[in-house]
Order: sequence, then C-alpha cells, then structure tokens
Amino acid sequence: MKSYLPLILGMMLVTFLPRLIPFIILSDRPLPPLLRRFLTYIPYTALGALIVRGIMQAPSGFEAATITGVCVAAVCSWLKGGMVLSVLAAIMFVFFILTVFG
Amino acid sequence: MPIVVGYFPVAMAFGILSKTVGVSLQDSFLFSLLVFAGASQFMALDLIRAGMMTGSIILATFLLNLRHLMMSASLVVRLPQIRKRWLFLIAFGITDETFAIASLKDSSLGISYLLSLQGISYASWVSGTVAGYLVGTVLPDAVQNSLGIGLYAMFTAILVPEIQKSVRVLLLAVISGMTYMLISFFDLLPSGWSLIVAIVMASAAGVLFFPDPVREGTK
Repeated sequence: MKSYLPLILGMMLVTFLPRLIPFIILSDRPLPPLLRRFLTYIPYTALGALIVRGIMQAPSGFEAATITGVCVAAVCSWLKGGMVLSVLAAIMFVFFILTVFG
Repeated sequence: MPIVVGYFPVAMAFGILSKTVGVSLQDSFLFSLLVFAGASQFMALDLIRAGMMTGSIILATFLLNLRHLMMSASLVVRLPQIRKRWLFLIAFGITDETFAIASLKDSSLGISYLLSLQGISYASWVSGTVAGYLVGTVLPDAVQNSLGIGLYAMFTAILVPEIQKSVRVLLLAVISGMTYMLISFFDLLPSGWSLIVAIVMASAAGVLFFPDPVREGTK
C-alpha cells in the first residue's frame, strides 16, 4: 500500500498550528474587529457547509438515511441538548432504517 | 465520561473508511495519533479517494482547520495562566468536540479538567480508529453505514444549541450550506475547494451584512 506519511505529517502541522497560534500570540493583543468577527463566524459556516456536504456526498442509496439521521440529531439536540445523546439517537435511528428498509 | 460515546463510533467509522480507501492500518493509526482532527481526516480520505495531490489536501486541511484559530482564541481568555508545556498539549487537543464541551461548561476552566477531557477524547479517537480498522469490515453493512452518520449527527448537535442562542448562527450556516450546494452542484470548483470557498464567502457575507454583534464574540 502507498505510504501516506508525508500527507499525515503535513496535515499534523496545519492542524496543530491553528490550534496553537492563538495560545501563543493572543494573550494580550486584540485582533482587528473585522477579522475577529470573520473568525467568529467560521465555526458556524464551517458546520453548515460540512453538514450539507455530508448529505450531498452520502453513498448512493443512503441519501434519505443520512438526511433522516441529521434531522434526528437536530430534533434531539433541540429538545434535549447533549451531543452524545443526539449522536447515539441518530446512529441507532439510521441503523434501524437501514435494517428495516435496506 | 460521555464524550467516549460520541467519539468512539466516529473513530471506528474512520478506521473502516480508511481501510476501504486503501490506507494501511499503520497510516490510519498515525492519522488519528498525529493529526487528531475528525473532520479533516474524513475529508482527507475523501480527497485521497478523489485522487487529489498531497499538497492540495494539506491546503484544504489548513483552511478547514482555520476555524480552530477562533476556538483556541476563545478558550485562551478563559484559561488561567499556564505553563508553556501544558499549553502545547492543550492546543493539540483542541477539536470541535472538546471545544464545544469545554466552552459550554459554565464554571471556570481548569487545566486538569481540559487535559482529562482531551486525554479521554484522544484515547477514544485513536483506539476507535484501530478497532474500526480491525473489526470494521466484519460488521454488517448496516452497522458500518450507520456509524458514518455519527460525524454529521455530531456536527448537527454542536450547531443546534448555537442556533437556539442566536438566529444569526442559523443564517450563517444556511448561507454557507447553500453556497456549498451551489458550488458543488454546478461543479464550479475542484472537490475540497468548494468547502473552503463556501466557508469564506459565508463568513465574509456575515461580516458585510450583519450589523456589529450585540455581544462581541463569546466570553
């Protein structure tokens, strides 16, 4: 099999640096307000795009199950809160659907 | 700790998927051990499968992980003064999940709390990857496929409480999701770039069109 070590090391670097840099430089220097707002929005826009991407790239035949799973997680999280509960509920629900209708 | 329940199945899904894509057990293990980034690792597998070059995958990972800048930044201000060596460990353990849990904690954040939260997450991530790789393909297809939903269920469960706090979050997520959908539906950009462009465009739109936030950032 092909070795992915260069990729892994590169990804390690670009994953670690964004996590580390704020710890080092952000102790007392404030960011420009516009940049700060831009960065504040990134988690939400990232999640929105990631979820849509997950649905669009679901393996063929699993589109409906994926959408249902995301909806179950959303409803569960809206009503009850809690990541673990929502994730488990979604996994179990999708498993149920795939077993019954798959 | 309940975070194990959230991490382990998703890590297993990563292990299973990396085997499917043709990554060796050792590399799959190293991915989780050294990178420790759920979304990025899944994206990397996707891009490997799409035949993308190493450099492009690293760039895509970098842009995807820029969101951690903000997460780290918002945690830094809540942490007491800490020694440098802890700082490196804590920075390594910042993920969407540990951030979401740590930032939702109401009381003050301690080093020991953060480190144990991250340590447990890390252990379940790495062990789940190996477990998934080894036993994954033995599991029935229905189980394998339902594990894959875990990641998106997790993203949803992180996003929804934020939407409950502010309708602006919903707008941002929807704008970004729609942008992504348009770009990838019409095949405007190579795979991997659609995500980055959608994130950047939607965040920029937020900066342009939203009036100054009522509360600047989080605490």
